[in-house]
Formats: sequence, structure tokens, C-alpha cells
Amino acid sequence: MTGYILRRIGQAVIVVLGVTVVTFILEHIIPGSLPRAILGSRASGAEIAAFNRANGLDRPLAEQYAAFLGRLARGNLGYSYRLNQSVDSLVLHQLPNDIALVGTALALALLIAIPLGIAQAARRGRSIDHLATTATFALYSMPSYWLAILLIAGLSVGLHAFPAEAPQAAGVGGMLADPRALVLPVLTLTLVNIALFSRYMRAAAIATLAEDYVRVARAKGLPARLVLSRHVLRNSLISVTTLVGLSFPAVLTSGLIVEYVFNVPGVGLTYYNAAVNADYPVELGITVLVGLATVLGNLLADLAYAALDPRIRYD
Amino acid sequence: MTDGVRAADRPPAGPAAGPPPARPGTLDRPPGRARALRAFAGHRLGLLGLGLIVALTAACFLGPLVYHTDQIHANLQLTNLPPGPGRPLGTDSNGYDILGRLLVGGQSTLEIGFAVAVLATALGVAWGAISGYTGGLADAVMMRVVDIALAIPAIFLLIYLASVLRPTIALLILVLSLLSWLGPARLVRGEALTLRTREFVEAVTVMGGRRLRVVARHLIPNTFGVIVVSATFQVADAIILLATLSFLGFGLPPPAATWGGMLSQGTTYLLDGYWWEVYPAGFAIMLTVIAFNLAGEALAASLDARQRAR
Repeated sequence: MTGYILRRIGQAVIVVLGVTVVTFILEHIIPGSLPRAILGSRASGAEIAAFNRANGLDRPLAEQYAAFLGRLARGNLGYSYRLNQSVDSLVLHQLPNDIALVGTALALALLIAIPLGIAQAARRGRSIDHLATTATFALYSMPSYWLAILLIAGLSVGLHAFPAEAPQAAGVGGMLADPRALVLPVLTLTLVNIALFSRYMRAAAIATLAEDYVRVARAKGLPARLVLSRHVLRNSLISVTTLVGLSFPAVLTSGLIVEYVFNVPGVGLTYYNAAVNADYPVELGITVLVGLATVLGNLLADLAYAALDPRIRYD
Repeated sequence: MTDGVRAADRPPAGPAAGPPPARPGTLDRPPGRARALRAFAGHRLGLLGLGLIVALTAACFLGPLVYHTDQIHANLQLTNLPPGPGRPLGTDSNGYDILGRLLVGGQSTLEIGFAVAVLATALGVAWGAISGYTGGLADAVMMRVVDIALAIPAIFLLIYLASVLRPTIALLILVLSLLSWLGPARLVRGEALTLRTREFVEAVTVMGGRRLRVVARHLIPNTFGVIVVSATFQVADAIILLATLSFLGFGLPPPAATWGGMLSQGTTYLLDGYWWEVYPAGFAIMLTVIAFNLAGEALAASLDARQRAR
């Protein structure tokens, strides 16, 4: 087990290093170079040379990469020349909003998707299963912004029930102070994540229902409800843990889109604005962060999988 | 999805039914491909998906030959007109005919979707088959490359690249393919890992078949089911990514027509009640994605390629 954990962490470190290499390459493919992008097209050769010297851009690539890595290791994600602010302070400011928004949606989605998947598996092939499968299939085939637009058209423009824009007050406290404005972004993200999770949950529960221990539990006369809650739910939760860890990229992607549509002051919207304004340092800093989150999610999922299921042995 | 559920209950009819006899020099064709075809033909939702794909493709590529509209020059006298005679879906804020624009936008959407699916699948299959068959250090290195590429969500990379470079159809195909081959690579590697220990592969090796021959003539044809299913889902995924990029404003630059761009532009007029500028593009994206997903699910059921491509 220890060997597996160490090996798995070693792999994650390699992947993180790979992400930094990719980011470093991305920084260097900017046409006309980074100083041009920052200082503008009218900057003189001497100014560019001075900028390069000041930022170490005249050093050999290997040396630049080492410096870049050192910077990242100290938690320095770069500096936005457009906003005149360090990328880490920018991100730190907004990350709580993202965690509140995405976390709430994720929790709600799991609370709905897990029982839904088990109910579908238990009533497999009946009308409730077909209905739920069709609904999640439609949701799954829908880009998240299209779902968001439909919800805005119906609930905001049509019924005037909820505002079409997320709360704009600063900080998580400010966001939570206006819960009505949070409904649509949270609802969109929740539905997107339900579509992502419930199909897997249904498949996992169907696989669990076919196991011998479920048959034993039934044979010894355990009521169906208890079979589902004690045996099926618990065992299916193992695959859900993995699924949540692996779905980080999908969750971050829908997070970015929902933040864009509902104007949520979060890291995703900042990334979008940076791309519109060609604020490369912000884009690259957030890219590294997103890559790190994904690797960490995968790692935790694998370790949790090994820890939760005593039948899994890796030696 | 009713049929997909029932089809999954059936006993495996495809490659899993048993290893084909090893005959050097001939393609190891998985048995039951005709049976798989019949299973697909009996799959109503799969046929619906296939029919939708054919209909959409025909409409987008043949429609503009009959239904002529100007999608290049804006006409400010015809802006935001509701549907009426001569303009079945109305016009947008630039005076473009929306039905005509949907058809033209569909062309680039489908071209890019199909091209990405083919390129990404080819790259992924080659990478996965070589990695799984070779094993050892090469496999470890090749799979770490896949892990690294998977670690950064595609949309972040796409937005970055679009902010640095000017998107064209060829560039979008290239970039989307480079971001989409990872799923197929993992799937095919998994298949190759099990196939390489099978007798018919060992027989080829014993008879002096070269490694490239084993991979190209024996491993890859035997993963046919997984590859076809994965490629079908790839089209759907590429179309969603492409539409997302256009929706965010990083797709093909104007005057190119894109479904995501139309939706994004139409959303501005949501409060004005110009519904015809919002819903057609959104439903076009959704319908196309549903069509490919339905076809993919049906293929998966009839080829018994249970592994999902995502």
C-alpha cells in the first residue's frame, strides 16, 4: 500500500512538472514575444531589451524555466501588467467565490444524482428509469451555456422569479447575502453535474446489484430498502469518489462558462477577461493552477479509492 | 435511451464472443460484424440518430444550393425581423437570414467535427496501440504524456490559443484534434494490453511477424468496436467544444457563421423578445450533439464496446 501511494505521488509530481513545461511553452509561443505583448507595438528595441534583462528573458531557455519553476514553488503565479496586480493576489481574492459556487452545486448534484442513480438501477427498465435516463441524456447533450440561457429565458425573463446575474458584492459573504441571485448559476451547475454523475451512478449501482453479497442480503430476508442503503449505496459510493476526483476538468470547464454567462466574480471569469484583454500572465497563472487542481483531484480520487475499498491491494 | 438499456442486457455478440482463429497474412476480423450491423438496425434510437446526422449533413451542404442567402454582407435595413414570408426564421441584428446562417454555420461545424474525430481517433489509436503493445518504460512515458495533456482542461487551452493566434478552420481542426486524441489513446491502450497476451497475437510474433505488423494488422483491427464508438462520441464532443469556443467569442472570426456565435449574439436580445435569434442556434447545437450521442450509444450496444469514450 505504501509503495502504491509513493508511486502514485511520484506520477503526480511528474505530471505537475509536465504541466509547468506546457505552460512555459505556451508563454513562449506568443507571437512577437511577451515583452511586445506587454509593452505594446510602439516600444523601442532598447525598451524591449531592458524589459528582457529585468525579467530574465535574455537568459537561456533552461535557465528561464528553472527560474519559472522556482517562482511557482514560492507561490508566485506571475504579474498582470494590465491590472497592475500579482496573479496570486487576484486569484486568492476570487477563489473563495468559486469554491462556494462550485462546491454548493457539486454537493447538491451528488445529493440528487446518487439516490437517482440507485432508484434507476433498482427500477431498471421501468418507466421511471426511462424518464430519468432520457432527462439526463438530454442534459448531457446540452452545452452548459445553452442550459443557462434556457433557464434565464424561463425563470428570469419569463417569470421574473430570479435575477439573471449573480451577486456582485465582494467576497463569499456578499454573495451569500443575496441568495436569490445565486439560484440560477447554482441551478445550472447542479443540473450539468447531475447529468455527469447520475449515468455513472446508475451503471455502478447496476453492477453492484449483480454482486453475490447483494443476493445473499436478499436471500437472508433483508428488506429491499436496507439492501439498497446498506449494501448498494455504500459500495457504489466508492466509484462516486473516483468519479468526483476525475471530473475536475469537466467541473472547472462548466464553472468557467457559468461564471461567464452569469457574470460571477470568480477565477473563471477572470480567465475569460484576461483572454479578451490579452493579459497573458493571468491566463498562464490560472492555467497552472487549474492543471494543479486536476492532478490533485485525480491523485486524491485514486488514494481514496485504495483507502475506501479494503479489497483493493496494490502490492 | 429505452432501447440502449434493453440492448445492453443481451449477451455479447461482438469481439468478446471469442478469439478469432489466427491465420497469418489475413486480417483478424472480429466475428459477428454482420450481427452487429443487424443489432444496430434493430436499434430504433440509434437509427434516429443516424437519420438525424444524414438529414443535418444533407441540409447544411445541399440546402444553401437551393436556399440562397447573403451571409457575408450585413444589411441594416433588414435587422431583427421576425419570421415571415421569405424568411422562415427571421433575421438577426446584422440583417442576415437566420435559416441560411444556420445552414452555412452547420457546414463548418460538421466539417470540423468530422475532421477532428478522424484525426484525433487516428492519432489516439496509433499512440494507444503502440503504448499498450510495447509496454514497459515506453508505455509509462507515453501514458504520462497523455496524463499531462489531460491535466489542463481543453477549454482553458483553447481560449488561450485563440487569444494568441487567429482561428481558422484548419487551425481549429488541428488544435481540437491535439486536445481530443487522449481519450481514444487510453481506451485503445487498455484493449492492446489485453490483446497482446492473446494466442493469435503470440502466434504472429512466434512466426516472425514484425511488431509494426502486429500492431497495424492484428491489434488495431481487433479494437474496431471501441474505435468506432469512441470516434462517434468524439464528433459530439468536438462540436460542443467548438460551439463553446464560438459562444465565448473565440471561434472563427466574422463574417464566418458559427452556431455558438449566433447563440451568443442572439442572447443579447433575450430581453427584447427576439426569440428567433436565440432558439434556432441553440437547438441546432443540441440536436446535432444528441444525434451523435444516440448513434454512439447504439453502436456501443451493438458492437458490445462497453467502454465509454469519455
